[in-house]
Amino acid sequence: MIALLQRDLRLALRAGGGFGLGLAFFLMVAVLVPLGVGPEGALLSRIAPGILWVGALLACLLSLDRMFALDFEDGALDLMAVSPLPLEGVVAMKALAHWLVTGLPLVVISPVLGLLLSLSAGGYVWLLASLMLGTPALSLIGGFGAALTVGLKRGGLILSLIVLPMYVPTLIFGAEAVRRGALGAEALVPLLLLAAISLGSAAILPFAAAAALRANLK
Amino acid sequence: MSIWEYANPKKFMQTSSWALPWVSGLGVILLAVGLVWGFFFTPEDYKQGSTVKIIYLHVPSAMMAVSAWFMMLAGSLIWLIRRHHVSALAAKAAAPVGLTFTVIGLVTGAIWGQPMWGTWWAWDPRLTSFLILGLFYLGYIALWAAVEDADTAADLTSVLCIVGSVFAFLSRYAVLFWNQGLHQGASLSVDSEQHVSDIYAFPLWTCIAGFVVLFVTLVLLRTRTEIRSRRMKALMARERAGA
Amino acid sequence: MMPDLGKYAGTVLSAYGAAIVLLVVLVAVTLWHGAKVKRQLAEIEGRVAKGA
Repeated sequence: MIALLQRDLRLALRAGGGFGLGLAFFLMVAVLVPLGVGPEGALLSRIAPGILWVGALLACLLSLDRMFALDFEDGALDLMAVSPLPLEGVVAMKALAHWLVTGLPLVVISPVLGLLLSLSAGGYVWLLASLMLGTPALSLIGGFGAALTVGLKRGGLILSLIVLPMYVPTLIFGAEAVRRGALGAEALVPLLLLAAISLGSAAILPFAAAAALRANLK
Repeated sequence: MSIWEYANPKKFMQTSSWALPWVSGLGVILLAVGLVWGFFFTPEDYKQGSTVKIIYLHVPSAMMAVSAWFMMLAGSLIWLIRRHHVSALAAKAAAPVGLTFTVIGLVTGAIWGQPMWGTWWAWDPRLTSFLILGLFYLGYIALWAAVEDADTAADLTSVLCIVGSVFAFLSRYAVLFWNQGLHQGASLSVDSEQHVSDIYAFPLWTCIAGFVVLFVTLVLLRTRTEIRSRRMKALMARERAGA
Repeated sequence: MMPDLGKYAGTVLSAYGAAIVLLVVLVAVTLWHGAKVKRQLAEIEGRVAKGA
């Protein structure tokens, strides 16, 4: 399983692997939104938590269709399915790879973007914490969507349609945590709920995604 | 003689064939009686005026929109566990009906909301959750349409329905958390049955029953079409293979 | 015949109108598509019967 993880990481990180795309997109969102809504600091700081979370969410979406598509097309996924490695483990490792390559960099760069969006001082810790706890959920849920749509042409569009509604609870609790933290209010509850979603997703979605992959590999 | 007999497509077609006239007739009667009674023969509400009459369409369609999803969930589970094609096709058939009911709920709610709340739309927890349900319907329908092989589509959409249900449920509570019930006071949910006195309740329940029967009628009709469609595709494939 | 809907007449009628239109469209599409598939199936079954 570790070997699979390393392989996926290497594939994503080399040229043409799409690394940095999500990061660049996240940055674009943080630049475009002020250009769209006006530079007024007070307004930006009110919407910063939401914009950061929506940006992170959309950035994660970008690289999802690569999760299984390449291996599906060249038959590697078929081999993985019949190998002694459980398909659920394959899914988990691929989601982990996605998180390491896409989610984690978003977490790292988020304070800089918070600065661009006039995020209040109190919010930064919560921004980091919520993204750290919530982006795994995004990778897992996204992985489930990717497994469902792996065989499809134009899979990317329908992938978004399927995954975005499922992102709603994560988005709500993530943004709420940052918003409350920025205001100096009690923000632990949404943060814990966010962690619960990530844990719950890790527990059940690999099974659901594996079932979807098996259906597509038949 | 168990309900699983009807999982057999032929048996389903036979049974639904004789049942349909009765079911659709019942639906027409219930809806006609309920709507006419509600529209013409109930008084205005002292707070909401005549707009209270919108309840006879808004509440039943919203209730059915949610119930339809539960029915799809049941169909999906039965397909995954027992592989009865009829249940997978019934779930597929129910989705557009559920989506339409969702749209009706949203539209009637918006039109009702305008004079009552002063706005066509509000991110009230109930409305928001309902809108999200509509999005789940769209994803489900889109996936059925996108996957070519029928059995694969049935498998994928079933898993989507099940996982989607979990997230739709989670969303309901997340949305409540997100907006601590701005319009709770004015929310006209069936929970607040105590607000709905008998004069309104009887035609309301008639309409709800009418919508349930309408749903059953439409799903029976559409499932029959799906079964025929499946048979047709199988025959066409055989034709192509033979020629 | 029409009850006095008062100042909300437009509201109530447009809500009823929209809902009824949507229901009618749903039923119409269901019936039309159903008839179309039934016809196509009959055609192909006819061909299969003849060919066999």
